[in-house]
Amino acid sequence: MRQRSLHLGVLAALALLLGIPALAAAAADGPSPTDIAINSMWVVVAAILVLFMQAGFAMLEIGLSRMKNAGAVAGKIVINLAISFLMFWSIGFAIGFGDGNNFAGSAGWFLNNTDAAGDTNSLGLFDFGNALAAYNIPVEAVFFFQAVFVAVSLAIVFGTMLDRTKFIGYIIFGVVFTGVIYPIVAHWTWGGGWLAQNGFLDFAGSSIVHLQGALAAIAGTLILGPRIGKFRDGKPQAIPGHSIPLAILGVLILWLGWMGFNPGSFLGAVGYNFADIAINTNLSAAAGVIGATIGSLVMFRTLDVSQMGNGAIAGLVAITAPVAFVDPWAAVVIGFVVGLLVPALVVLVDKLKVDDPIGCIPVHGVAGVLGTLAVGLFATRERLDALGLSGSSAGIFNGGGGQQLWVQFYGVAATIAFTFTCSFALFAIIKYTVGLRVSEDDELAGLDISEHGMYGYPEQFIEVPGAFPESGLSGATQSTTATSSQ
Amino acid sequence: MKKIEAFIRHEAFDEIRDKLAAMGLPSMSISEVKGSGRQGGYTESYRGAKTTIFMRPKLKLEVVLDDSDVELAVDVILECAHTGEPGDGKIFIIPVDDAVRVRTGERGDIVLAPHQEDTPA
Repeated sequence: MRQRSLHLGVLAALALLLGIPALAAAAADGPSPTDIAINSMWVVVAAILVLFMQAGFAMLEIGLSRMKNAGAVAGKIVINLAISFLMFWSIGFAIGFGDGNNFAGSAGWFLNNTDAAGDTNSLGLFDFGNALAAYNIPVEAVFFFQAVFVAVSLAIVFGTMLDRTKFIGYIIFGVVFTGVIYPIVAHWTWGGGWLAQNGFLDFAGSSIVHLQGALAAIAGTLILGPRIGKFRDGKPQAIPGHSIPLAILGVLILWLGWMGFNPGSFLGAVGYNFADIAINTNLSAAAGVIGATIGSLVMFRTLDVSQMGNGAIAGLVAITAPVAFVDPWAAVVIGFVVGLLVPALVVLVDKLKVDDPIGCIPVHGVAGVLGTLAVGLFATRERLDALGLSGSSAGIFNGGGGQQLWVQFYGVAATIAFTFTCSFALFAIIKYTVGLRVSEDDELAGLDISEHGMYGYPEQFIEVPGAFPESGLSGATQSTTATSSQ
Repeated sequence: MKKIEAFIRHEAFDEIRDKLAAMGLPSMSISEVKGSGRQGGYTESYRGAKTTIFMRPKLKLEVVLDDSDVELAVDVILECAHTGEPGDGKIFIIPVDDAVRVRTGERGDIVLAPHQEDTPA
């Protein structure tokens, strides 16, 4: 995937052709300051868009939680972002993207930009890993972009566990997940580890970001158990979220954020057609909405709005891995198929007695797996060659045979085995030490008051909403009878 | 002195209020209530799971009136709240022993009489 483009050579050749010696010389010496500036500008803007996705997760999860837990969900998103930045800065980025072995990186702790020979690169270019050393972009931009990615992954974990998890459980899991578990899997592919060397392709993280988040979420919800009242006499019950409009606002913010998530994943702008990535991303999301709408109509005989939102996210998650390697028609097919599956998968998860309030397992888990495998079906030789990916094969539908599908398959299998095992063990340790689930009384009262001492929507719960200590409004209401006297 | 307690559809209220006010009966209270009756509940589908809501939201209108005004008010409610479908609601008429105006301490029928200064502009 993120290989060096040939643009420098092209630029140099062009410059020579046109007889511009200065430009030709600059290109020959290395990246021009203009290239670096343009690359940084786009990647930092893309990172800001991905940062905004935290607002999307907040709105989606708040909308699909109950009113008594809305404040707790908001607090959880804020702590999620804080943990992600601090842990990824201190150790996560070094393990994920630093130089090291095929399993994990071990250089660049605390973003110390010194290479193995002890030289600090004066341009601030990324220079402590083999895999990404070729990028013409400052290390800080790469770090910012990758740090907001890990925050996305962690937000997925926490969403499935809402309404019943102790806050301290979130913190302990988040520290280990963002500091160690996520970076190791990221290193396998994006840090030049063993999966990258075998030609595994995950452009922007269907498996690395979304599947990992979903795997940890499954481990978490299995250890937590369902919310009180979710299953009665073995039958799944509806626990409706308190605001569908907020949930859909969240979906739309996530959709917008994805315009940074995928197109920014070139880690550059000069020489890359990142607008093409934006088109494929939007097409898949759109097809996902249509698929989920049809699926909901067929499965439930109703147009479930939360499922339509889930369809958009499923389409976005699925296209994240193959987006740079497939043609637009394939993006539509991928999005539509995963969208269509979402309502059926939501019912299946319910049937398995697993409580997944926001539909994270179908939307991030199954769509993440299918999206990663879709590379092996739809990737085209032309697009792989344009990105210099000679080590990967085209997909089955484009004459590449089953080779790439097999690579994608064991990449996904390895991710599932590693992340699920680590997450399950970690949640089990938390459960038997500090405890993972709040008491029954606290859960019934709502986490807002039991964990945080304040309600997200106080006026719904205090005795006399609208009471004014100074009776400030009574004068106003009497103004129509101002002449009355006692 | 009687109290009318009427359980009505939300959409009937505005018209009832306007007509009672025009008749010189501006004093009333409403509250949001949930109730069950012949109309039955409804089934909500949320992410594939079905939930039956047995109690539907209704509006409770309370008006305390002089005996002579009761039939007028009942007629207004009947006229405005009637659709002919189950769920139109019910009207209960309850005797009231006494009334006190908090601001002045006045008691009895005087409490129900419109104020001179209250006449609508």
